[in-house]
Amino acid sequence: MNSNGDLVIEVVDLIRKFGDRTVINDISFNVRRGETLVIMGGSGCGKSTLLRHIIGSMKPTSGSVKIFGQEITTMNEREIASVRRRFGMLFQSGALLASLTVGENVALPLLQHTDNSVDEIEEIVEEKLQMVGLSGFEDLKPAEISGGMKKRVGLARALALDPELLFSDEPTSGLDPIMTAVVDQLTLKLTHGEHMTAVVVTHDMTSAFRIATRMIMLGHGSIVAQGTPDEIRNSPNPEVQQFINGEADGPIPLNLSQDEHEHHQHVKPRPFVAARHRFHRKTA
Amino acid sequence: MLKNYLRLNLSLLYWVFVAPFTGQFFSISQIFRQMVFIGVRATSMVALTAFSIGVTLAMQAAHSLQQMGAEIYVPDLVMLSILREMGPVLIELGTMKVSEEIEALEVMAINPIQYLVVPRFLAMLIMLPALTIFGNYIGVLGGWAVCRFALNFNTAGYIVRALGSAETWDLYSGMIKSVVFAWIVITIACNAGLHVEGGAEGVGQATTASVVQALLAMLVTNAILTGIFFFGA
Repeated sequence: MNSNGDLVIEVVDLIRKFGDRTVINDISFNVRRGETLVIMGGSGCGKSTLLRHIIGSMKPTSGSVKIFGQEITTMNEREIASVRRRFGMLFQSGALLASLTVGENVALPLLQHTDNSVDEIEEIVEEKLQMVGLSGFEDLKPAEISGGMKKRVGLARALALDPELLFSDEPTSGLDPIMTAVVDQLTLKLTHGEHMTAVVVTHDMTSAFRIATRMIMLGHGSIVAQGTPDEIRNSPNPEVQQFINGEADGPIPLNLSQDEHEHHQHVKPRPFVAARHRFHRKTA
Repeated sequence: MLKNYLRLNLSLLYWVFVAPFTGQFFSISQIFRQMVFIGVRATSMVALTAFSIGVTLAMQAAHSLQQMGAEIYVPDLVMLSILREMGPVLIELGTMKVSEEIEALEVMAINPIQYLVVPRFLAMLIMLPALTIFGNYIGVLGGWAVCRFALNFNTAGYIVRALGSAETWDLYSGMIKSVVFAWIVITIACNAGLHVEGGAEGVGQATTASVVQALLAMLVTNAILTGIFFFGA
């Protein structure tokens, strides 16, 4: 068994290559029970790929991922399934089953993995939907509710089995500021009160600093910085400062091809170059 | 692709025949749900094609005094009409793949083969022979319509002839064929659906490719089975 019972996730020297391209470049970190780890970084920096390796959907080229002290990279499907029953995951789009109602979606893990009676399941579904502010929406189909609502149903479903560990991929994108605060408070309540552990991938800096006990910033598949929210906020690293303050100018390369150099010299771009900027620039 | 297909078939056999004995039952209610979908979608198509062939055969029979039985043609027709079934199944699973629903099932420790493929497979396996029998009756009805109204046969005489010309082996061979066709259609559709890549466009491309593959697979299988049933042993 695990030498340190408090470690929920241990990632050691994780490397993943697609052909010649290294998407995850030697990443190591730990997550302790009750912590909320926020993983942030620009689009295409490897956040989602990293998450998929932690939940066992993808196998690394080399390195180790342990969840609850068990090595997940060498497990077969059945062993992975037994680990997955202990965690919940909120997908970026919600990933609700379109053929089932909102209530049936939340009930799905309960029906599959518990022996609870129908009445008990209905009660739990009602309770979980209430937690995310969606009481009374049980009988609607996913197609009949908004994107933000789908995401909240996805969260209710992820929490249905009262997981010890919650993964969230962009939990607050598409939510209004009030609903974002509600979801953040729910995460805080569960991590503080119920000692749930959370791993949250997000772009939303307000939300990130509100919920994180520790943060990791990724760039080009490597860890650029990690630490407590205060350490990140006060980081001398200009890449970190550019990212958390959402500035267009800075050291993070935007793949603007040949006019990149010019841009970084703060030379005023010529009109046609400016037009190309708008076209190529990705929001970091 | 072929490796995926073989793996799907093995996995399917495991979830249907082995897993229930280890306490992992598939959902009976899901099977009924799928049976209703397939039945509703396919009945009218099967009825129309079987009736048309019954009428055609009766008219040809009247002309050249051929044997009347339409039974041996019915499975071939059902085969064509179930190609239509591939579209909805494939698009449904393909869309689920594209919208992360399959991945979500896996992460919830729910096996997509057990949860999605097994009910569709068993529903098809039950409904297709049922549709074949239904098609047989409708075909006989088409023949009766011609004999009664165009040729002035009496109804009782027609029924006796029709039943007399039908051999039970025709019926059984048709049932066996329909089970094999059901297997081909559902495994190709589900395999393609679960491995769709490239968004909505990918779903469309996968559908076209799979319908062609399934049609070819069924035509070849049909030739082989017909050879075995009517010329073998």
